[in-house]
Amino acid sequence: MPFIANTDRDREEMLQAIGAASFDDLLADIPDELRLKGPLDLPAALAEPAVQELMQQLAASNVSTADCVSYLGGGAYDHYLPPAVKTVASRSEFYTAYTPYQAEVSQGTLQAIYEYQSMICRLYGMDVANASLYDGATALAEAVAMAMAVTGRNKVLIAGRIHPWSLDVLKTFIEAGGEREILQHGLCDGVCDVTSLEAAVSEEIAAVIVQQPNFYGCVEDAAAIGDIAHRQGALFIVSADPVSLALLEAPGNYGADIAVGEGQPLGSALNFGGPYLGIFAVDRKHVRKIPGRLVGMTKDRDGEDGFILTLQTREQHIRREKATSNICTNQALNALQAVVYLSLLGKQGLREVAEHSLQKSHYLAENIAALPGYSLRYGQPFFREFVVDTPVAASEIVSELMKEGIFAGYDLSGVGDEGLLIAVTERRTREQLDDFVRKLGAFSR
Amino acid sequence: MNVPEDLRYTKDHEWVKVLEDGTARVGITDFAQSELGDIVFVETKDVGTALKQHDTFGTVEAVKTVADLFAPVAGEILAVNEALDAAEVVNQDPYGEGWMISMKVTEPEQLNSLMNAAEYKEIIGE
Repeated sequence: MPFIANTDRDREEMLQAIGAASFDDLLADIPDELRLKGPLDLPAALAEPAVQELMQQLAASNVSTADCVSYLGGGAYDHYLPPAVKTVASRSEFYTAYTPYQAEVSQGTLQAIYEYQSMICRLYGMDVANASLYDGATALAEAVAMAMAVTGRNKVLIAGRIHPWSLDVLKTFIEAGGEREILQHGLCDGVCDVTSLEAAVSEEIAAVIVQQPNFYGCVEDAAAIGDIAHRQGALFIVSADPVSLALLEAPGNYGADIAVGEGQPLGSALNFGGPYLGIFAVDRKHVRKIPGRLVGMTKDRDGEDGFILTLQTREQHIRREKATSNICTNQALNALQAVVYLSLLGKQGLREVAEHSLQKSHYLAENIAALPGYSLRYGQPFFREFVVDTPVAASEIVSELMKEGIFAGYDLSGVGDEGLLIAVTERRTREQLDDFVRKLGAFSR
Repeated sequence: MNVPEDLRYTKDHEWVKVLEDGTARVGITDFAQSELGDIVFVETKDVGTALKQHDTFGTVEAVKTVADLFAPVAGEILAVNEALDAAEVVNQDPYGEGWMISMKVTEPEQLNSLMNAAEYKEIIGE
């Protein structure tokens, strides 16, 4: 649908139809003391070339993963982004499309989302996936809200170490208002202490939550945690990294009732923290309670296949106060990038990304652990990411190596912890890894 | 609008029919199904649920709205109509095959507080 600007004559006509003498008359309800008197305090307008130069200067003060070798992880990963992903997503039919309420003019968008949903179901081993939510953290919050609505219970138990910022988001969403509570079970060597878990899952627990791999990159004993949850009548929520699922068991195959995840690794650039992609999928029996948009396939009146937004009575524009969520949007462009990325890589390609991430992270971990003064904090199996105790403060290593064009990893003091969280994706080469080890060795004591 | 003489009615457009064995069947009226439009789903609380008069016993979903269903009298849900799996039965036969729940009536005098057919016709403007 094209945008057509209004002319002065159009404005005149509209004012006449309304019966107002000027635009200011339409603001009559705003009390005088609240009205702006005089122009806004903004700098003078710049000519376009000057604006361009200003923007270039501002952009030049950043360094990105294009300029540096990055070992940063902690929820967002420097995986390779094939240029074809952006090319397809940048097509104006996708890039500027609005929410596909009118199915008859939105078949392309709807089909792309339907394919995205189908791929997520395959990857996560679940029956139904929605059209996406904002990001992994809010997807987890929505999963908790849904579990509380389904079970009528108002507490959840976190098993293992989830991302601290996901926990912050959960607290904002869930604990505001008093009676609902988020509980954390104890850890043992970086993962959930499963031996003591059963006693902690009371009848008040709506769901047990596990992140796989967890915030430290460690693989949790998710299947055992799920069994314990179900024995007590609680739902089992798994927040799983999508790339890891090329190697690790799909959550649907070990009992997840709700599977969520951060979809950034599937075709979204790091984007300075966002926009990212909230993955959300459920077992079939819960389909009527899920939040967000859902695209379905149906037949039109001529018997031809077509796509529509479906089960809209779940959503708050119809269900109103009885809805389990107030979200009425999705991350269409990021979901599109995910489906293009997965289509380009295919099952085999995604597996290779995961295998490289696994093997290279283990290669690096072994070599760092051999350096004097360094050790791997946890003895667990890990995927793509691991925690290292360092001979000097992690912050010192990070700032020194930044000068050499290396993002050394995430300084865990940022979340009240210690050590360095190092992530390795398929983008890292052996030369880069060996160089990193050498440079880390300079800090050895 | 069909308003059978032998039923009692609530102001929220439910009907109730007391059967010979003392149990009651509950559904929504012809007026209600007509106002709602195409009904796509009916969800009820489980068999065994105890209800006070006016408690919600479920929801009915139409394409444009979701409405609560209210217990006309106090009691306990004995059965849920399995024909509701094809929810359009409520539109087609709201007083017959489209019944929703059958309940044990624990306070039969509450039936007297409900409307008869003439009174219900008046509130729907007939």
